[in-house]
Amino acid sequence: MSIDTIVFFTLAISSIISAILVITRRSPIMSVVYLVLNFLILAVIYLTLQAQFIAVIQVIVYAGAIMVLFLFVVMLLNLGKEEALTEKITYKKRVAVGLVVVMLVQIIVGIMMSDSKFTRHIAPNAEQIGTVEGIGKMLFTQYLFPFEVTSVLLLAAIIGAVVLAKKRIDG
Amino acid sequence: MLTDFGRVFLFFIIAAIFVAAGLIVARLLRPHRWYPGKLTTYECGEEPVGTPWVQYNIRFYVVALIFLIFDVEIVFLFPWAVVYQNLGMFAFVEMVIFLVILLVGYAYVWRKGDLEWDRPEPEIPFIQILKRFIS
Repeated sequence: MSIDTIVFFTLAISSIISAILVITRRSPIMSVVYLVLNFLILAVIYLTLQAQFIAVIQVIVYAGAIMVLFLFVVMLLNLGKEEALTEKITYKKRVAVGLVVVMLVQIIVGIMMSDSKFTRHIAPNAEQIGTVEGIGKMLFTQYLFPFEVTSVLLLAAIIGAVVLAKKRIDG
Repeated sequence: MLTDFGRVFLFFIIAAIFVAAGLIVARLLRPHRWYPGKLTTYECGEEPVGTPWVQYNIRFYVVALIFLIFDVEIVFLFPWAVVYQNLGMFAFVEMVIFLVILLVGYAYVWRKGDLEWDRPEPEIPFIQILKRFIS
């Protein structure tokens, strides 16, 4: 087993464990903390895939800003006693679990059946593509239009945030 | 052979060891005499009252959301700053268009008053109102 494989499996298993801890913790705050851990591990996985810029952004935006937002939501909801948050297993949830299992099996079968040539290899020049410079070059020449459209998307997000907040305060 | 991020990882390990070592040494050295008063949450010497679950002002959420959006905007500025030397004027115009579109959003937020903090009116005690009335 090569060192890459060992690193990958260590990261993959720890990310799955942290993801499971997110949904099993009683305290929502603990869930958020484990979600931060999960995001950080994902950032390292991006690094192993030669996507340095995405990895750093993952830490700054997801583990930083989005988690603050999550914490505010948790505090806004004012859940109070955590013990009161027990859920009932309803008919709908059973169906959902069944569907998830079916999808998981499909994914596993899909990976098993697929040609390993496509799944195992990273592009030879991946090291140059993943850097900030590489992304900048691509973004501001070839993918110029999507980049400009992103600003419109962000504008829509700003207006959406304002409209949503207004509704909550008034109503 | 260590890659650059391998070095970063080394720093992580050293930081973790540093924290763990500090806690372990403190545990070994400190006296173990605790009583219920010591185990309560420290609130600047006050006795803690109520739960830490306070309903936050929704303003925090709105500001965090707007911050997040402009955070993503800054993310786009990093690669731009790196390649700016090579692309020159072209990149500059691109970024100006990008920023102008986002400034429209900023102006909208400002105009709608979402950057303002709605402070609750301070309640003046009745006695002070009386005093003002008399003088």
